[in-house]
Amino acid sequence: MNALALPTRRQEDWRYSDVEAVALIWPTPAPTRIDVVEGEHARHHLLQDAAEDAAAVHDYVITIADGARCDFHVLNIGGKLGRVTVHVMLGSKAHFELNGAILGGGDQTLEIITSVTHAKPDSTSGQTIRSILGGRATGSYLGSINVARDAQRTDAFQSVKAMLLDRTATANAKPELEIFADDVKCAHGATVGELDKAALFYMASRGMDPATAKTLLLRSFVAGVFDDVADEAVKDAFEAAAIAKLEALV
Amino acid sequence: MLTIDQLSNDIDGKAILKGLSLTINAGEIHAIMGPNGAGKSTLAYTLGGRPGYDVTGGSATFDGADLFAMEPHERAAAGLFLGFQYPVEIPGVSNLQFLRESLNAQKRARGEKELNGGEFIRLAKDKAGLLGLDMEMLKRPVNVGFSGGEKKRAEMVQMGILDPKLAILDETDSGLDIDALKIVGAGINAIMRKPDKAVLLITHYQRLLDYVKPDFVHVLAGGRIVKSGGPELALELEREGYAEVVAA
Repeated sequence: MNALALPTRRQEDWRYSDVEAVALIWPTPAPTRIDVVEGEHARHHLLQDAAEDAAAVHDYVITIADGARCDFHVLNIGGKLGRVTVHVMLGSKAHFELNGAILGGGDQTLEIITSVTHAKPDSTSGQTIRSILGGRATGSYLGSINVARDAQRTDAFQSVKAMLLDRTATANAKPELEIFADDVKCAHGATVGELDKAALFYMASRGMDPATAKTLLLRSFVAGVFDDVADEAVKDAFEAAAIAKLEALV
Repeated sequence: MLTIDQLSNDIDGKAILKGLSLTINAGEIHAIMGPNGAGKSTLAYTLGGRPGYDVTGGSATFDGADLFAMEPHERAAAGLFLGFQYPVEIPGVSNLQFLRESLNAQKRARGEKELNGGEFIRLAKDKAGLLGLDMEMLKRPVNVGFSGGEKKRAEMVQMGILDPKLAILDETDSGLDIDALKIVGAGINAIMRKPDKAVLLITHYQRLLDYVKPDFVHVLAGGRIVKSGGPELALELEREGYAEVVAA
């Protein structure tokens, strides 16, 4: 296949995407490469808040050397299509941590696609994704974890929770494990839910208008995703953008 | 303060309240007692505006306004407090955050000045002290991991902070041991026994009424008030049972 051929939804990692929107910006820019050298602790973040009709695709290829660590925070809220892909290769005793939130409304398609390869022994990874989707939005997390034959004692988890505000919104969660070693721990959990009606009535009975009550519940749902952002200015920017987006969604 | 006239409703197609009438004036404490399934909780939820508890007939006037024309949060801002038999757990939202948002939402709706963080904490400390609830508890998520007694005390702390005109307390005594019952009873008296406030206590048992003395006692059976009287009616019910009193 020609590398520049437009993707189709027959390709697994484009299955839930908006390929019409991606055509607007095809070919997408080359991936951002991040090499975390031995013993380093790198921190990266992406606040994807493209304009309403825009398509934004951000691809990352991250290599984490032996004994190194990379923390990545993603807030995916903007554009008609907002797509973030992260390919990670972990060395021995390396760690990768992804904390991401997807907040979408209207007819947005927002996705986080990861592929984490544990290539050597004793590496660990954690991925926590929280999605809130209203209107006719589609939010997807596709995450594959690949454990090589030599990568004994790999410890990996994926925690994916989605909240649907409207029956017309869609959440896709697709963890995928490919394991060739025999001494590994790979945990994954995915849930899709709605706002708790009993909680909403309880809050209303105490005086909260529906928007205040919903925003408070949704804030608590995504709280924690950005708790460990080290840079306070980045953390504040993420929280402010997330709250503004939630207020627009409810 | 509250006038309920010929109130009827159905829940999932089944008639529960069938022409219930009741008037509560400022300064009064009313108790509604009745057997299981009489419609006691339905009355509380209907007055509070819980979705699914639709009114099919009759009216309720609260401080001169049509109660059923108001949304649940508007009823709260107008001064109605509903004490829940089973207080709801809200993981991830602290009691303090929950109460500050609630109080300030009410104040915004009434065009009053909102409390800042310091003012709110002082108020919360004061009311938590009244109910013997540790401030540390209020930093925890709403009702999560609270015992039955702690949930009911937390409800009364909420009532103290929100300072309603009318409290409808649905089996606030259930799940309480004797000591907790005394504390909750004293809390209700301290917060609500005032000339400009009123209380509707919904209960199965006489024992709460030892601590919160009602001015009027009503028996609810078959979806309407079948008998009303003074505090002595509660003692009679306790002695004779509902079946006897309702039949008499």
